[in-house]
Amino acid sequence: MTNLLDVEGLSKRFGTVQANQEISLSVKPGEIVALLGENGAGKSTLVKAVIGLVKPDSGTIRVKGQELPYGDTAGAIARGIGMVHQHFQLVPVMSVTENLVLGDEPTRFGFIQMQKARRETTELSKKYGLAIDGDAIIEDLPVGMAQRVEILKALRRDVSLLILDEPTAVLTPQETDELLEVLRNLAKKGVGILFITHKLREVMAIADRVVVLRNGKLVGTTTPKESSESQLAQMMVGREVVLHVEKGPGHPTGAALEVRELEVLDDRKLEAVKGLSLQVKAGEILGIAGVEGNGQRELVEAICGMRNRRRGTVLVAGKEVPNLKPHEVHAAGVAHIPEDRERHGLVASYSISDNLVLNQFDQEPYAKGWIRDLDAVARNGEELVKRYDIRTTSASAPASSLSGGNKQKTVVARELSQDLPVVVAAQPTRGVDVGSIEFIHKQLISARDRGAAVLLVSAELDEILSLSDRVAVLYGGKIVATFDSKNANRDEIGRLMAGSQGSRS
Amino acid sequence: MAMMQRVKLQSLTVPLLSLLIAFLFGSILIALQGSDPLLAYQVLFTKAFGSIEGIATTLAKATPLILSGLAVAICLRAGLFNIGAQGQLISGALASAWAGYSFVGLPFLIHIPLALLFGAFFGSLVALVAGLLKAYRGVHEVITTIMLNSIVIALADYLASTPFKEPDQPITRTPKIEESARIPDIFGLPFGFFIAIAISVAFWWLMRRTTTGFRIETIGRNRSAGWYAGISVKRVIISSMLLGGATAGIAGAVETLSITGRFEPAFNAGLGFDGITVALLARANPLGVIPAAILIGGMRGAASTMQFRAGVAPEIVDLLLALILFFVTAPILLRLLKRKEEGISLSSGWSN
Ligand SMILES: Nc1ncnc2c1ncn2[C@@H]1O[C@H](COP(=O)(O)OP(=O)(O)OP(=O)(O)O)[C@@H](O)[C@H]1O
Ligand SMILES: [Mg+2]
Repeated sequence: MTNLLDVEGLSKRFGTVQANQEISLSVKPGEIVALLGENGAGKSTLVKAVIGLVKPDSGTIRVKGQELPYGDTAGAIARGIGMVHQHFQLVPVMSVTENLVLGDEPTRFGFIQMQKARRETTELSKKYGLAIDGDAIIEDLPVGMAQRVEILKALRRDVSLLILDEPTAVLTPQETDELLEVLRNLAKKGVGILFITHKLREVMAIADRVVVLRNGKLVGTTTPKESSESQLAQMMVGREVVLHVEKGPGHPTGAALEVRELEVLDDRKLEAVKGLSLQVKAGEILGIAGVEGNGQRELVEAICGMRNRRRGTVLVAGKEVPNLKPHEVHAAGVAHIPEDRERHGLVASYSISDNLVLNQFDQEPYAKGWIRDLDAVARNGEELVKRYDIRTTSASAPASSLSGGNKQKTVVARELSQDLPVVVAAQPTRGVDVGSIEFIHKQLISARDRGAAVLLVSAELDEILSLSDRVAVLYGGKIVATFDSKNANRDEIGRLMAGSQGSRS
Repeated sequence: MAMMQRVKLQSLTVPLLSLLIAFLFGSILIALQGSDPLLAYQVLFTKAFGSIEGIATTLAKATPLILSGLAVAICLRAGLFNIGAQGQLISGALASAWAGYSFVGLPFLIHIPLALLFGAFFGSLVALVAGLLKAYRGVHEVITTIMLNSIVIALADYLASTPFKEPDQPITRTPKIEESARIPDIFGLPFGFFIAIAISVAFWWLMRRTTTGFRIETIGRNRSAGWYAGISVKRVIISSMLLGGATAGIAGAVETLSITGRFEPAFNAGLGFDGITVALLARANPLGVIPAAILIGGMRGAASTMQFRAGVAPEIVDLLLALILFFVTAPILLRLLKRKEEGISLSSGWSN
């Protein structure tokens, strides 16, 4: 049986960065290959070379034994390669259906047949069990939903090799499980799958083979049977990684963030947060556990000034913070790691230094009155790049040249370096490698230890359980239970997240 | 550092490459007319840049183009496409002409700045309409500025033919401006050229060093991130339109006060539209606008000589400019497409 994909000796250099060096790899029909590696290891570069979006410097790429010219995207697609990108490739102002058929629309006499396209969307969504509303506009969708659209779009053409670049980074655990099932079924039908992820659990669950990259080089191939999560982590990072969080006991003092009777509407003007109250003390981490779509996003946005509160109050250090704009809430002492770093966190074409002062560019010392102090901006950039281990050639490089995890570290660096009394972290380790997760977790804990109140929202229950001092379960826009993390029981929290009644503590 | 240099290099290669391709295409068209393209270009460039007088003419022609180019460029930086430089320029030209002939007996040190201010004010007034509609009603600026062009041109025609008309003359035009409002030449060059250079440098500095420039730039690149960072999108839209309109208005005023000496509807034709070509050729860089305007001004200034000496219709210059515009925007399209591959969607709604 010929391999679906053979990559041999592939190298690619960006300026001074050797993103890929002499990489060889193959995928057989029906095989699920997981590609692992730190942020910036060169995973995206490798798969982009396969589909022709990046022109390699040397090496050969063969699909079903046939050599593929460099940079031939159309050829790659024609030979049955489908790709789900790390960053969305959807047109935000168009509907789900329009996005799905874009580039290959069903037409008659040159006119698009929207009815047919809509039917196709429904069939596609049924076939793969990924529920989606075909008429929804992409920019109104939460990231998890948009990701479904991406996956369906790739599946719509009959692919024989499906490449997924961190498809689960923005999915909830439930959605992830569903996706893994979809991938298993595809593999049974003989589709080869090349799958990039940072979540070792997923790798252990579905991969037939694991390929690990580090600093652009292939450092090993193994199988889930022959290795463990901690071995994989060590292969990726090149040192031992602490997969569980090490933290001392917290020393909570007075309430630093208080939310009272908060009511918030979602984008469809339905009530998403229904009279929610919570309190985070200075020096503690409160984790919000819950299935995505139960009001997490609206809660965070309402606290941080990105969404109107219909009712209720927010207090920071006992002082009421009225319904303000994001930067005003920031000025009141709330650091915010936003869920969508591409949309809110960063300006891609700006330098890393400029991004690191994005919400304080007009304040001392980065501006004196009307004049910006570019030296101060650059100094701050260089210092934070070093302190937060942002992997880049220079702080003056554009943020778009950073790998996904390093973009996230940039946002984390900006928000945590200001030592504000309250930290609201929404999905702070989304798309981040194990080494960086360890790092970001340490930063959140040290923020707690210097006395900040940390509100942590994450779709990863493990992250919530290991980081938080207290865990609040959010269901249907309300907090249904709060646990001290010492007494937290995973199964009970799981049941509460799913909506069943439980005992309050 | 290597990255920065590459970016700089790229912003130079694209315009130069599009110039080269445009001239190549142009030479085919000239040859098809039965003329000698090499001779035509030679005449064009010797006339424009080959002598002191030629250079003086070129710089005079370039002056309003620098300013109208800036008017488009500053809006581009905010992510707005100001097609209305023409209307704003005409509004400024008429207003400055009125100030130039209506105030009598002022010293020139007061009269010239006053007339320029009139131009700036009325230019920005026109742009303000588009800015307000965009900021508060979401009406696309391309539509409104195009419509405003028609409105302003018609209105200026009316004003110059009735209330502001030069009495006892059959021609539709305003009276001549007072001598005290005339912008003089120095060293054989129109002083307006130096005003234009100063405004370019001021814009460059504004964009690079001030918080206002950073606000404009941020909104232009990622509206959501800008809003999130506390930048008022509305204020940036309105203020960049005001700045653009004022600059276009000054372009009209400088042209009136130093070249035409009065307002006449036939004057100023196309100056605002050439500003679009200038801004795109300069890739919206305030300093890049200067050489771009000099090039285009030179071609405009030498067009008639080319007809005379090489037998090529002067419209070939229009054609060349259209080709330049086409090729300079084609790479922009290309770049946008390439950016999409790298994972950044095109619409400002989602990211940059
Ligand atoms: N267009 C580019 N220009 C310059 N450098 C780039 C470019 N694309 C990638 N790089 C660099 O190449 C290296 C590999 O990047 P790549 O995106 O392949 O990493 P990755 O393994 O996918 O990381 P992540 O897990 O964070 O997505 C990084 O150092 C990155 O900064
Ligand atoms: Mg990647």
